[in-house]
Amino acid sequence: MTELDFEFLRGFLKARSGLALTAEKRYLVESRLSPICRRFELETLSQMVTVLKSGRNSGLEKAVVEAMTTNETFFFRDKGPFDLFKDVLLPRYLAARASTRRLRIWCAAASTGQEPYSLAMLLNEASARLAGWHVDIVATDISTEVLEKAKAGLYNQFEVQRGLPIQLLVKYFKQNGDQWQISPQIRAMVDYRPLNLIKEFGHLGTFDIIYCRNVLIYFDKPTKTDVLHRLANTMAPDGALLLGAAETVIGLTEALSPDPVNRGLYAKAASETAAPMRLTAVR
Amino acid sequence: MMHCLVVDDSTVIRKVSRRILEDMGFRVSEAENGEKALITCQSEMPDVVLLDWNMPVMDGYEFLTQVRQMPGGGEPKIIFCTTENDIAHISRALEAGANEYIMKPFDKDIVAAKFQEAGII
Repeated sequence: MTELDFEFLRGFLKARSGLALTAEKRYLVESRLSPICRRFELETLSQMVTVLKSGRNSGLEKAVVEAMTTNETFFFRDKGPFDLFKDVLLPRYLAARASTRRLRIWCAAASTGQEPYSLAMLLNEASARLAGWHVDIVATDISTEVLEKAKAGLYNQFEVQRGLPIQLLVKYFKQNGDQWQISPQIRAMVDYRPLNLIKEFGHLGTFDIIYCRNVLIYFDKPTKTDVLHRLANTMAPDGALLLGAAETVIGLTEALSPDPVNRGLYAKAASETAAPMRLTAVR
Repeated sequence: MMHCLVVDDSTVIRKVSRRILEDMGFRVSEAENGEKALITCQSEMPDVVLLDWNMPVMDGYEFLTQVRQMPGGGEPKIIFCTTENDIAHISRALEAGANEYIMKPFDKDIVAAKFQEAGII
């Protein structure tokens, strides 16, 4: 792969998925895209670049973007964001939404489904308090391939042993040969949709809780700022945003502010929540 | 330093487990079957037991039921680590008082995740 090929791929991936590749990630491009070359019967990465430049192979374009997406995830990853959901957010919204009995949650980079299913299991564990409630879990990802795996809800032994308490495995999974499949009841709680975060997502509606963890780290600063602004716009005035442990809003946007107590939790900044109220008053 | 007793009839598994657990900061002792593990527990109840199911002389399930009846035997976190990877075995272990369950093969990440689940680390 020539320097020009790498530069083209950097630009292509930035435009298609927001992925910001630094020069030292060249090895990653080569290792992840070589299998795609073979799959599309192309001899070299340079040949792949030529086909991409022609713009005539949308299948290849999609495969390249998906191959460069990092899908690392596991059940109850980092634990803290799920303890926060159970102990802080759920009680908060059970009280705040008592009149509408409606709760909307968005997992913005759902990958193979472990994050939305972890939340669905927690909601099911709290079902006694949620009788008569309508809870939406919308789960999106740029990769249709990982969403297919998520929808199937099939995981191998390694995947069900990382973060998933054994009691929940027994309760919510059925063994299927070497695989474990999450119950139809939990699967039905999650609405999977393909979505590229660098494109418009206002059509998804307003959410009370957004999990957008470990995806902004792959974007450059302007893209992070843009995505965070648009996330803030999709949040309810008292909505909550959860970012990954290595992510922050500081230095990127004034629209969101960190929760002073709970690390990784963000709320709309005071001026952001005040704006709609002033508009209502004017009307 | 927390004490973890590894109970497995395979010397290879005991060696691998010891390396993982020592890296995680545990003091490790070993037993090759449930009966020898019970003797260890009589002299010093460990904080954690990493327990195989199928072993000669006394299997892991028998050890679990007996240790839970010993004075102080309710204290250790007991984690099965076995090739018995079906739901019936897992359910039986949990009912008998196991805290977590590792399905072999395992690695350090899985051990760490399961120890975290069990509230050990």
